[in-house]
Amino acid sequence: MTQKTVLNETHRALGAKMVDFGGWDMPINYGSQIEEHHAVRRDAGMFDVSHMTVVDLRGARVREFLRQLVANSVDKLKVSGKALYTCMLNADGGVIDDLIVYYLSEEFFRLVVNAATRDKDLAWITAQAQPFGVTVTERPELAMIAVQGPNARAKALGLFSPDTRAKAEKIGKFAACEGDGLFIARTGYTGEDGFEIVVPQEQAIDLWNKLQAAGVAPAGLGARDTLRLEAGMNLYGQDMDDTVSPYEAGLAWTVALDAGRAFTGRAVLEAQKANGAPRQMIGIVMDDKGVLRHGQRVVTANGDGEILSGTFSPTLGKAIAFARVPAGDPGALSVDIRGKLVPVRAVKYPFVRDGKPQEGV
Amino acid sequence: MNEIPGDLKFMKSHEWARVEDDGTVTVGISDHAQSLLGDLVYVELPNVGDTVEVGGACAVVESVKAASDVYAPVAGEVIKVNASLADKPETINEDAFGDGWIVVIKPTSLQDDMDNLLDPDAYVEQIESEDH
Repeated sequence: MTQKTVLNETHRALGAKMVDFGGWDMPINYGSQIEEHHAVRRDAGMFDVSHMTVVDLRGARVREFLRQLVANSVDKLKVSGKALYTCMLNADGGVIDDLIVYYLSEEFFRLVVNAATRDKDLAWITAQAQPFGVTVTERPELAMIAVQGPNARAKALGLFSPDTRAKAEKIGKFAACEGDGLFIARTGYTGEDGFEIVVPQEQAIDLWNKLQAAGVAPAGLGARDTLRLEAGMNLYGQDMDDTVSPYEAGLAWTVALDAGRAFTGRAVLEAQKANGAPRQMIGIVMDDKGVLRHGQRVVTANGDGEILSGTFSPTLGKAIAFARVPAGDPGALSVDIRGKLVPVRAVKYPFVRDGKPQEGV
Repeated sequence: MNEIPGDLKFMKSHEWARVEDDGTVTVGISDHAQSLLGDLVYVELPNVGDTVEVGGACAVVESVKAASDVYAPVAGEVIKVNASLADKPETINEDAFGDGWIVVIKPTSLQDDMDNLLDPDAYVEQIESEDH
């Protein structure tokens, strides 16, 4: 059965085109995906991300549990409210999901995991948590609105009570605070500054409407996808999955091989670090007209690879993509588009940073 | 949805065809099709002089979301392409039945091919049944 967020009727009233997204009836756009993309890059936009799964972990041994559960080190989290992006791996080093861990207290951490992977994530986390006596509680009664763009924080801050505003103004990037019944995190999936606000369902429509009145443009999942790919951010299921290690998905920066921490999948990652992973993820730009898409064949000097996430970049006006290709210098690259080999270039990503194309892209 | 001009006929796959006074056939995609695709970012046009069969791909329209073949509603020779779409593919989003035309075909069996297409009412009926 298709699930609906508490904002479903609000989206429909705004004229959204709705699509099935991992079992959820979600807005893909409210008219023009490209205009929504530009609104976020240039001003402020908002996304209903209530389909994402909030999971609270409580117990005396939560930190110890998370040391084992995730590949990044939760010991980097020292101040209440700090957040950490990480992968949760299986014993083969494959990515079960990518997630954000928030440290609230020694007895309370919060996870935000993907919607499409909800069932397997909860099953895995619950099973792993048991020996540590950690309770795992999903919070489906919480909605989530991401407010993103250069003017997003200013527009959102104006809606908070003076106390909450004072707290939210002060939080640094990748940290969170609580106030007005909200959980306000300075995180996002667009490459822009802003907040992801976890809000009780009964307050969500009111918050959405107030944000809109403050000049924040509703934006759909279509714009969210082009924004995150320009920002060089992975999408689970497209850029990595259970058969891909973080090293093969451009996520080495999220792996901490700190001494004495036996996290799940570590042995495989150590072997890959020592011997090199067989595959790598690279960024690709196409200067010819056309659009790079998931599944297209990439021809390299070392054999074939494939396009993972691929799209038309509204900021650059041309196609960009991630590709997984064999390890080593890929040499001259081309992509098979409907039987025609089109030359492409490997580039460093993010493709766009602070609203501007990166050098060489 | 935009009003569908009465002189158009349609394929089930959402292409429209209009017979011009000189007997050539202008081809595009319907307003419904452009709204399904979303913002168009690229149109791959055939070459003038290409021969097309009924139901054969004669162009490709790409939106941010998907690439879609445009099928020829009539057989014949491509005698004109809408070159302005190369720089402004969004013209199809803005005016699918007018400035967003894609090719003009000089048909080889005009009457037979046109008779096999849907009139506007039948086409609307089809897209309404798809929505349910």
